[in-house]
Amino acid sequence: MADADTIDRPEATDLPDPLEMPKLCPGAMAGSTPYPAKPDHNKALGFPGELVDDWHDRAIDKMGELLGKYRSFRVYLDSCVKCGACTDKCHYFLGSGDPKNMPVARQDLLRKVYRRHFTLAGKYFPKLVGAADLTEDVLDDWYSYFHQCSQCRRCSVFCPYGIDTAEISMAAREILDTVGKGQKYCNEILGKVHKIGNNLGLPEPALEATLEDLEEDIEEETGVPVKLPLNVEGADILLITPSADFFAEPHIDGLIGYAKVFHQAGVSWTLSSYASEAANFAMFIGSYDQMREVALRIRKAALDLGVKRIVVGECGHAWRVAYSFWNTLAGPFDFLDPNYPIPQHICEFTYDLIQKGELTFDKSKNDHMTLTFHDSCNVSRASRMGDMPGGQFEIPRAIIKAVCNNYVDMAPDTIRESTFCCGGGGGLLTDEIMDIRKKGAQPRMRALRQVADENGVTHMAAICAICKTQFTKVMPEFGFDRESIVSVHQLVSNAIVLDPPQDAGAPEEDDEDDVPAAVEMAQESEEAVQAAAEEK
Amino acid sequence: MLTTAYALLFYFATIVLVAGLAWRIYEYATVPAPLKIPTTPAPTTRRGVIFRMGREVVLFESLFKSNKWIWLFGWLFHVALAVVILRHLRYFIEPVWSWVVFVQPFGVYAGFAMVVGLLGLWARRFLVPRVRYISAPSDHLMLALIVAIGLSGLGMKFIARTDIVAVKAFFLGLMRFDVQPLPADPALLVHLTLVALLMIIFPFSKLLHAPGVFFSPSRNQVDNPRERRHLAAWAARMDRQPGE
Ligand code: SF4
Ligand code: SF4
Repeated sequence: MADADTIDRPEATDLPDPLEMPKLCPGAMAGSTPYPAKPDHNKALGFPGELVDDWHDRAIDKMGELLGKYRSFRVYLDSCVKCGACTDKCHYFLGSGDPKNMPVARQDLLRKVYRRHFTLAGKYFPKLVGAADLTEDVLDDWYSYFHQCSQCRRCSVFCPYGIDTAEISMAAREILDTVGKGQKYCNEILGKVHKIGNNLGLPEPALEATLEDLEEDIEEETGVPVKLPLNVEGADILLITPSADFFAEPHIDGLIGYAKVFHQAGVSWTLSSYASEAANFAMFIGSYDQMREVALRIRKAALDLGVKRIVVGECGHAWRVAYSFWNTLAGPFDFLDPNYPIPQHICEFTYDLIQKGELTFDKSKNDHMTLTFHDSCNVSRASRMGDMPGGQFEIPRAIIKAVCNNYVDMAPDTIRESTFCCGGGGGLLTDEIMDIRKKGAQPRMRALRQVADENGVTHMAAICAICKTQFTKVMPEFGFDRESIVSVHQLVSNAIVLDPPQDAGAPEEDDEDDVPAAVEMAQESEEAVQAAAEEK
Repeated sequence: MLTTAYALLFYFATIVLVAGLAWRIYEYATVPAPLKIPTTPAPTTRRGVIFRMGREVVLFESLFKSNKWIWLFGWLFHVALAVVILRHLRYFIEPVWSWVVFVQPFGVYAGFAMVVGLLGLWARRFLVPRVRYISAPSDHLMLALIVAIGLSGLGMKFIARTDIVAVKAFFLGLMRFDVQPLPADPALLVHLTLVALLMIIFPFSKLLHAPGVFFSPSRNQVDNPRERRHLAAWAARMDRQPGE
C-alpha cells in the first residue's frame, strides 16, 4: 500500500474516521505528475505542441484574459481571507497530508502569481502579501497540484464566499494548455471524441457489434428481445451515455438496465454513433471552446436523428455539463419536446416511471446485497435532478430503495453535498498517478468500511462512469472486492420484471465473448484500452 | 498643522476607499459569468438566492457548516464590528438618532467582543498548523491593525479619555468642508491614523471579500439552467460565427 508511506495512520480495518486529520507532510505529493500530452495531442486541440519559449509572458497574458472572461476567477482570486475553513475539506489532502492539497493552498499556487502581476500590493510588496513570480518551478507545481484536484467542489461548499477551487484548477489547466503543457490523458481523449465521437475511439462498426452482442446476451438471459438501437432516425429519445457503458464493468450492466427500462416504458429510443459519448473532458481542462465543440456534436446528432428528447446515462461530470452547460453551450434546444426536461437524467426517467407505477420489480433479486450509495461529486454539487433542490440525492436513493430491500447510508458528513470525490475525477483517472488516486479514495473507502463492518453493507452503487472505474481499481487496496461497486441501473436491471415477448423465440446463438469483439475492432493497443476503460 | 494633516488624511482615505471599492465592484459586476455554476443544492428562484445570500452574509452559514471555531470567532468579530460602527455613527450625525443613542452601551461590550474574536482568529494562525501554513505576513498584519484599532479605541474609553465633543466637531466639520481643531491626544491620533490606513488598504487587500461575496457565482446564481438559457456576451459571439 503506497498509501501509508508518509503518514502514520491505522489500517483501514480499524474503522478509522473518514475525516481524520493527517499530519502535514510538505512536498509529499510533489512528484505526482500525470504524463504530458504528446505534441500531436496538443496540436489537435489547437494548443502549442510543447512548452513555448515565451511561456512566461503567454501564461500571464492568458491569466489576464481569463480575469476578463470569468467572474468566478476574478472574484475568487481577490476574496480569500485565508480563514482556513477549507483546509481540511479536500479528499486529496485528507489522504496525503500534503499541504499544497489544501484547497486554499492549491489556489495560492496561482494566486501568488496573480498578486505579483495584477495587484498593487503584489507589485510593490510581494513578500508581505505572499506574491511570487512565475518561475519554471511554479509552473511545474501548477502542473502537479492542479492535476491533484478533481474539481469536485467540496471545498466550495464550506468556504464562506463559495470560493470554488475547481474554477481555479480549470483556469490553471487552461493556462498550462496555452503554453504547451497539456496533460496526455485529457487531451488525447478529447482528440478521439472530435475524430470518432467517443472517448474510447470506438468506431461505429465496433459499437454496433457490441450492442448486438448485448442484445443477444439479454435475450438469452431473459427470453425478452430488449433492443439497443443505434442511429435510428425518428426515434423519440436519444440516449447519450458515457462510452464506458459500452464495455466496462459494472458500467455495461447499467446500460442493460437503461435498455430494459426503455423497453418496459415502450418508448422508441436510439444511441448515436456520431455522439456516442456523454463525457466532456473539455470541462476538466477548462476550455469553453472545446467543451462547446463536444456539446455541439450532441446537438447535431439530435437534429440529424430528429429525436424529441435527450436522456443522459449515468455519468457525473457529464451530467454537470449536460444539466448546467448544454443549454448555454449548444442551446437553445427548442426543437425538442418542451414537456420533458431538456436534458433528462436516466434516473429522472426511471424515477418518473416508478412514480407512475409503470414498472414492476422483484426486489428479492437484489437480496444478496446490502447497498449503500456514493453521491458523485459533480451530480451532488454542480447539478440537480427533478424539481426540488436536492433531488439529485433523493431520486437515485428512491430508485435503489424501489429495487432493493437492503439499503444503508454512509456517515452523514460523507454523503450528499458533503460527499467525497471517488479520487479519480477531473481528468485524474489515469494509471501513472495511481498513488494520488488511492489517497484521494481513502475518505470514501473509510466511510464505506464503517457501514460494511457495522451494518453489513456489501455493495456500493454509483451513477458515474469515472466513480465506477476508479472504485473497481482501488477497492481491492482497501480490502473490498472489485465487484462491490455497482451501477444504479444494474440494480434496476436485476429487479425489473420484463413483459414476456409477444411472439416467442430466442435465437440459439452461442456468443461467449461480449466484450473482446468490440475492443478488437476498435484496434486499441493494450494501453489505449486501459485508458478507454478509465475514460469517463 | 496637525488638524490640517488629519483632515487631508481623511479626505484622502475616503476618496481611496470609495473610488477603490467602486472600481472593484464595477469590475466584478462587468466581468461575465459565462456558465451556470451555483454550488448545489441551490435555490431555483431569485428570491431563494436572496435568502441564501442573506444567510451567508448575516449568519455565515457555510462557515458554520465548516468549522465551529472559525465561525465563532469570525462571526463574533464581524457582528461586534457592526455594532461598534453603529456606535460611531454619533460622531457623524447631529442630532443623534435615537436608535444610535440606544446602541451606545452595547457598543462598548462589542468593542471587547471584537477584540476577543480577532485574538481568537489570530491564535489559530499560530496554533493550527494548517492555518499557519497558509498565513502570509499580511494576514498577521491585518489582524494586528484591526486589533490595534480596537485597543486604541477601548483605551480612549477606559484609560486616556479624549475630548469627544471636539472629535465630533472635527468630523462634522470635515463633512461640511469646515475644518475644526482636532484634540492632540496620542491615543486618538493613533486610533485615527490606523483607521485611515485601514480605509486606504481596503480596496487593495483581502478585505475585498466584503463586496466579493455578493458576486460569487457559486452563491448568487439561480439553479435554472435547463429552464433558461444563460449566455455571456463573449460566448454569444461564438454562436453567431459561421461554421460551428
Ligand atoms: S474557506 Fe474560502 S476564504 Fe477561507 S481559506 Fe478557504 S478559500 Fe479562503
Ligand atoms: S475541488 Fe475538490 S479536489 Fe479540488 S481542491 Fe476542492 S475539494 Fe480538493
